Amino acid sequence: MKAKIYITLKNGIHDPQGQAVQQSLHTLGFDSVHDVRMGKLLELDLQDMEKESAEATIENMCKKLLANTVIEDFRYEIVET
Amino acid sequence: MNIGIIVFPGSNCDRDCAHVVSEVIGQTAHLIWHQDSSLNGMNAIILPGGFSYGDYLRTGSIARFSPIMEAVIDFAGRGGLVLGICNGCQILLEAGLLPGAMLRNKNVSFICEDVYVRVENADTPFTNTCQSGQVLRLPIAHADGNYYTDPVTLSALQANAQVVFRYCDKDGHSMPSMNPNGSIDNIAGIRNAKGNVLGLMPHPERCAEEILGNQDGRLIFTSLLASLIGNAALTV
Repeated sequence: MKAKIYITLKNGIHDPQGQAVQQSLHTLGFDSVHDVRMGKLLELDLQDMEKESAEATIENMCKKLLANTVIEDFRYEIVET
Repeated sequence: MNIGIIVFPGSNCDRDCAHVVSEVIGQTAHLIWHQDSSLNGMNAIILPGGFSYGDYLRTGSIARFSPIMEAVIDFAGRGGLVLGICNGCQILLEAGLLPGAMLRNKNVSFICEDVYVRVENADTPFTNTCQSGQVLRLPIAHADGNYYTDPVTLSALQANAQVVFRYCDKDGHSMPSMNPNGSIDNIAGIRNAKGNVLGLMPHPERCAEEILGNQDGRLIFTSLLASLIGNAALTV
């Protein structure tokens, strides 16, 4: 099975990279962009297991290593293959 | 005194720290590989600057799980003195030995320049040879030094005198315009509640000798030594 994990800065946390991208988009004339928030996408190839077990495992790895919950939120999708 | 300097893959200030420990304050420096699991009776530990594990995922996030870090966390828990410089500071944050986290610099650039910091608390094992309010000129060299913590934790840091250094101008005025990286409350260095762990983004080991044209950083190391000599009980 596969999992996609999205890690993003929490709302309210200043995102200097997102802001730089937004400014660059404005420079190119994309004035319709109000805000850009940057994050990370991790694609995991996991051994097959029960969905609940996979969710618990992913939550655990996110809290322990993949996200810093002081500044980041995470969400994920599990894809059965 | 025996001072251990942890070497992670990608550390690049470990030799500088060892040089200052041995040649400037005349103590014995031990380079300790991150795969080791014991500190073997060190009197103090330094986590040096660099780019451990290439700064992948988040700065310090992978180094924090190196085998030696269990021993460092245990050492700190028993009151041992731990100094984290730059990437070492980032590792201490990721390890939970210090509160908060580092964000990318507000200008999204790697900044390598001298800055001024004000000693906010001279009553710590790392600043006791400084004067309160003293201004130090120290180099910074980082892309992720934009310190962040939630408002409740920030209030606690301020109330407990855990903010040890703030960015300021050469006369000691700490103001937003002298903040190089966007760090909350101009914070350049903090200690833990117990006071035995300090993390700072500037590099005192790069300015601890006359030949380098600046000796302000020497004070951090002489303070550490004075603490160790003054309190043999800290030999844990």
